[in-house]
Amino acid sequence: MTSRLIGKTPNRRSVLGGMAAGAGALALPTFFPGYTHAQSAEPIRLGFQLHRTGIGASYGRWYERTATAALNVLNEAGGINGRPVEILFEDDGTDPARGAEVFGKLATQSNCDLVFGALFSHVVIGTAPRAAEMKVPYLVCSEGHHVASGMLNRWTLQPGITDVKSQVQGMAPFVTQNLGKKVTMIFPDFAFGHDHRDYFTAACAAQGGEVIAQIAIPPTETSFTRYFPQIPAETEVIYHVMVGPAVLTFVKELGEFYGSGARPQLFGFIDSLEAVDIASPGLEFLEGSHFWEAHPRYKQADASEHEVFYRNAVGVDDNGASVTDPADVATYAHMFSVWETLFVIKAGMEAAGYQGPADRQKLVEAIEAMTAFAESREHPQGDKTFNGKTHQAFGHQNISQVQGGKLIRVHRTSLEDGYYPDEVDYTTQSF
Amino acid sequence: MSFGPFLLLALMEGMVTSAVLALAAVGLSLVFGIMRVVNVAHGEFFMLGAVSAWFVSQWVPGPPVVGFAAALILCPLFVGAIAALADMTVLKRLNYEPEATIVATIGLLYILQQAALSLYGPDARPVPAPFNLRVQLPWFGYSGYKIAVVAASAVVLLGVWRLLAKSRVGLVMRATQYDRETARAFGINVDRVYAGVFALGGGLAALAAVLIVPIQQAHYLMGTDPLLLSFIVVIIGGLGSLRGTVIAALLIGLSDGVISTFFAPTLAKIVATLAVALVLVFRPQGLFGRRAL
Repeated sequence: MTSRLIGKTPNRRSVLGGMAAGAGALALPTFFPGYTHAQSAEPIRLGFQLHRTGIGASYGRWYERTATAALNVLNEAGGINGRPVEILFEDDGTDPARGAEVFGKLATQSNCDLVFGALFSHVVIGTAPRAAEMKVPYLVCSEGHHVASGMLNRWTLQPGITDVKSQVQGMAPFVTQNLGKKVTMIFPDFAFGHDHRDYFTAACAAQGGEVIAQIAIPPTETSFTRYFPQIPAETEVIYHVMVGPAVLTFVKELGEFYGSGARPQLFGFIDSLEAVDIASPGLEFLEGSHFWEAHPRYKQADASEHEVFYRNAVGVDDNGASVTDPADVATYAHMFSVWETLFVIKAGMEAAGYQGPADRQKLVEAIEAMTAFAESREHPQGDKTFNGKTHQAFGHQNISQVQGGKLIRVHRTSLEDGYYPDEVDYTTQSF
Repeated sequence: MSFGPFLLLALMEGMVTSAVLALAAVGLSLVFGIMRVVNVAHGEFFMLGAVSAWFVSQWVPGPPVVGFAAALILCPLFVGAIAALADMTVLKRLNYEPEATIVATIGLLYILQQAALSLYGPDARPVPAPFNLRVQLPWFGYSGYKIAVVAASAVVLLGVWRLLAKSRVGLVMRATQYDRETARAFGINVDRVYAGVFALGGGLAALAAVLIVPIQQAHYLMGTDPLLLSFIVVIIGGLGSLRGTVIAALLIGLSDGVISTFFAPTLAKIVATLAVALVLVFRPQGLFGRRAL
């Protein structure tokens, strides 16, 4: 396992050598004279639970870049409460058991003020109890409904990305009205996929549609053709969402299976193609099909200035790939959540007057008190509302169509489309 | 989909699994049969084959078919060389003690896996198929490349059989397998035979991986499944029996295809594991193995 220190300034050795305190103390009064009397000169240390290896590695690579880019922007603007901020990245291997260990290590050995950044739902569910035990805030970027469902605890929050239940509820009307009413779902067989299964099936029924088959595939599967015969012939829409290292194989084999014959409409979560080039050989059949994207991979004609700023800052070109390597396609539809979560942390710490680990509870309360995030540099994906009781953010969702080998947005949901009654009130739970 | 086409698809998928499995398992079986070494790192040789195929496909210019042809030759040689090196520097020093070699190959497994993670990275990367042909049947489409994999595997297996049964090299190998000391007394360089056999085993696993990688993508953790399935095949077929290994690979591959298409892939794994247990209880030497001397 490796950890990396990214300080305010590029000279990491000063941080490692314990000289950061001295350097910070020298630097701070010059820039923020008003804060010196009340501030510790110590940098704020944020732990990042990173999927650097294992099945989430392509997400991890981009989450690290996004967090680093956001950190630079944050520190250039004066850090948090005038204090510089560091992020300590620790690899969890996309594994729940290691996730909990990494959390403990970041919180105790590395003295992080909080931990954030985890995406894969089994890691989040495996780690969250640890957060409550150690009373350390845990801000997840996982999409899973497990935060808002009440399954987790008061120390776990999801302010950076909409949960699956809200996403699918927002999009179900588009699917049933434009693509078809008889839907077959293909999803990964773990918590995240089960959220899709349960909430899309319900949302689809509410729209007068019907899910006629549910095909669960283990996220570590490498061969998919054998699952496709289970798709009933009367299917009008295939709803697919897949994760893991074999997503490209999944989509390719789906194309091979239908070949040039008649096929149902395809509605996919971009997860099935995150970090994969849509122009890959064998994917031509996707032309005309629809994808959900939280944040459009291809720069749209009406992109906001904040979106353009963010895209440049994280080093992604107009086609959603790294500016230095066009073959390195980003996990663009998800990684904004890291950026936005970091700025929620900043806002929360400043509202709570955060001084150090003793104020962790105040930080959670400050985030719970938030109600909305305006579209801004800090929130380039768009405006959101935040429900402090359920610890969950709600944003706009996009539906894009593959047109000429690019994803073009054809529909954007309203915030209200994704609302559902609260299932928990974490604020009534004790810390 | 009606029953007929459904079964056809299941059998086709099963044949692809069988073909690759047979190649990987024959390598494992040879190593055990001749050297009496249970090679736990066998799956990592498979992974190395796939990963090195990605590197070759990146370095060789021109259409994918050229890179693939180069990978087909270079990768088994490269992996074979690593295997021979491992044999000479590690296994030989342990005098091929069964317990010691198991522990040593477990160590080798981790070294190779972590080396791949460090040098190649954690991502799954696609290797382009040498050709993109789709066979369009009335009921479903199928990858033409997958069918080519089955044919290629059959050719290679035939080659291995000829090597063992008809050539001088095979004769030397069989002599060493039968009685190491007597073979040595007759002037056979046993060390070289062992290194060669270990290299051949690794090379066959790598070849299987090069064939499968345009279908599956190269990933540093991809060695686990083939290792498990190869062991299942080798135990059912009888350790050291080439014929048994091929038949068991067909059996496991086809049943995997049929069961996972009609029921669930997990059930297919359960059935395969159960078959191993039954074979171990009722016929410990495997279907075609000889009783231990």
